[in-house]
Amino acid sequence: MNPFSYTSAGRPEEAVAAVSRHRQAKFLAGGTTLVDLLRLEVETPDHLVDINALPLARIESLPGGGVRIGAMVRNSDLANDPTIRKRYPVLSEALLSGASPQIRNMASVGGNLMQRTRCYYFRDTNYPCNMRVPGSGCAALEGYNRIHAVLGTSEKCIATHPGDMPVAMAALDAVVHTRRPNGTERAIPLVDFHVPYGEDPARESVLEHGELITAVELPAVPWFARSHYLKVRDRASYELALASAAVALDLDRDRIRAARVALGGVGTKPWRSPEAERALAGQKAEESTYRAAAEAALRGARPQKDNGFKIELAKRTLTRALAVAAEKKV
Amino acid sequence: MSDDLSHHDLSPDPEESTTQSLAESTNPHGLDRRTFIALSLGAVPAVSLATSTVLEAKAVAARPAPGSATVPVRLNVNGTERQLRLDPRTSLLDALREDLALAGTKKGCDHGQCGACTVLIDGRRVLSCLTLAAMASGHRVTTVEGLAQGDRLHPVQAAFLKHDAFQCGYCTPGQIVSAVGLLAEGCPDDPAHIRECMSGNLCRCGAYPNIVAAVREAKGGKVS
Repeated sequence: MNPFSYTSAGRPEEAVAAVSRHRQAKFLAGGTTLVDLLRLEVETPDHLVDINALPLARIESLPGGGVRIGAMVRNSDLANDPTIRKRYPVLSEALLSGASPQIRNMASVGGNLMQRTRCYYFRDTNYPCNMRVPGSGCAALEGYNRIHAVLGTSEKCIATHPGDMPVAMAALDAVVHTRRPNGTERAIPLVDFHVPYGEDPARESVLEHGELITAVELPAVPWFARSHYLKVRDRASYELALASAAVALDLDRDRIRAARVALGGVGTKPWRSPEAERALAGQKAEESTYRAAAEAALRGARPQKDNGFKIELAKRTLTRALAVAAEKKV
Repeated sequence: MSDDLSHHDLSPDPEESTTQSLAESTNPHGLDRRTFIALSLGAVPAVSLATSTVLEAKAVAARPAPGSATVPVRLNVNGTERQLRLDPRTSLLDALREDLALAGTKKGCDHGQCGACTVLIDGRRVLSCLTLAAMASGHRVTTVEGLAQGDRLHPVQAAFLKHDAFQCGYCTPGQIVSAVGLLAEGCPDDPAHIRECMSGNLCRCGAYPNIVAAVREAKGGKVS
């Protein structure tokens, strides 16, 4: 592990200033990604600013009916929050499908949005990787790429975005709130927050250096109570998605008024699918409709040599997720 | 000497964590086992350790080199206040094992994938390998050494003994601390849920059925 200096911040503005001062500084939240990557020397910051003491660990109801989730709320606390379970079940289910109980007790909402890919070539400094060393190439293209992405890839990067929580948040029209080094705040729709690895692997998100996530807000949409997260993986637990789907349905008896669809495990970012949503809107809630939406969602998919199975797997995952959501008693 | 060391050092001893009230074994040099290991690890360079000590040797090798500025770390470990000055790279796991001589918490993968290093921070189960010691400063840390009340085992420890919920024992401290954390989380009693709630702790011996039985008993659920 490379040497670094360490400080702890008590207030958001203090944390932002401390990271902004050092070009190679990083925020340290739960540590579940960062400490691992420090040990692998994939991450080599010269300064860490511990933000675990920031007063950003509350889940609050907003006057308009939405919910504001502080950036330091732990994944386990968010997953088990009664309001989230009742009004945004897809988010609770996504959180509980991720990692292990210990890691969920550590991981924070802000940190989870910044989780880095589990591509093994990214994690191994012996290989070229455009995300780790811009311009060095992509070892996964010619390597073993069974776990890699089929949506949003390029010759620069085919890594899969690893998140579950961000996929649910993408479906729920979540908005990320930040504090910037110049003292201003901004609100970024979650679907615009991540940059597809295939587009610019060195960037990953739209955050500037020193910009701190302070909260994520969910809108007040009553029919988000009819939502579901389905994750398909090699093991039943403690494993990343090969394919996952976050869905929400607005039903008028057996007719779909509107839908939200996002995919995980197959894209180079949390993959919202407006194509699938359009295929669902106004249609009858039945198997053939779900399958048509799945076909639309994966239309642009491009397989690598080892991951072609993911395209059909993602379609079936989405089809099943929609069927389950439609049958939910809400 | 290296034969003795490697034997004692790696021999995964479930009793170390589960029945601390039992007498410590001694080695031919007349030191008690734990003191011997602590002395050996502190005094012997990693390169001189026999190959069979690979897990502990890695623990030594992975220790940050001295030289970086240190940070003050104040930990309450098993009820005792401890003041340390540590390289900021020091994990909570290494601080416990090497600076505080609490070797019950085990280093398995050191990458958050196996759960052997599970401890409680403020009563919640977390991974000490992915926690920098400095991040735990000011917090209450409970390790497997802090579960028993004198000679009285924690119910989870007693249940692990009763159900023979281990073979080699290396993952056992992590399994036990994780199960103690689970008790406070409201995991349902049925085996499927217990397996899911314990999925962060791997056991390469495959003692899972007995671990599930032990956790069910500790939860007060029906043991089949």
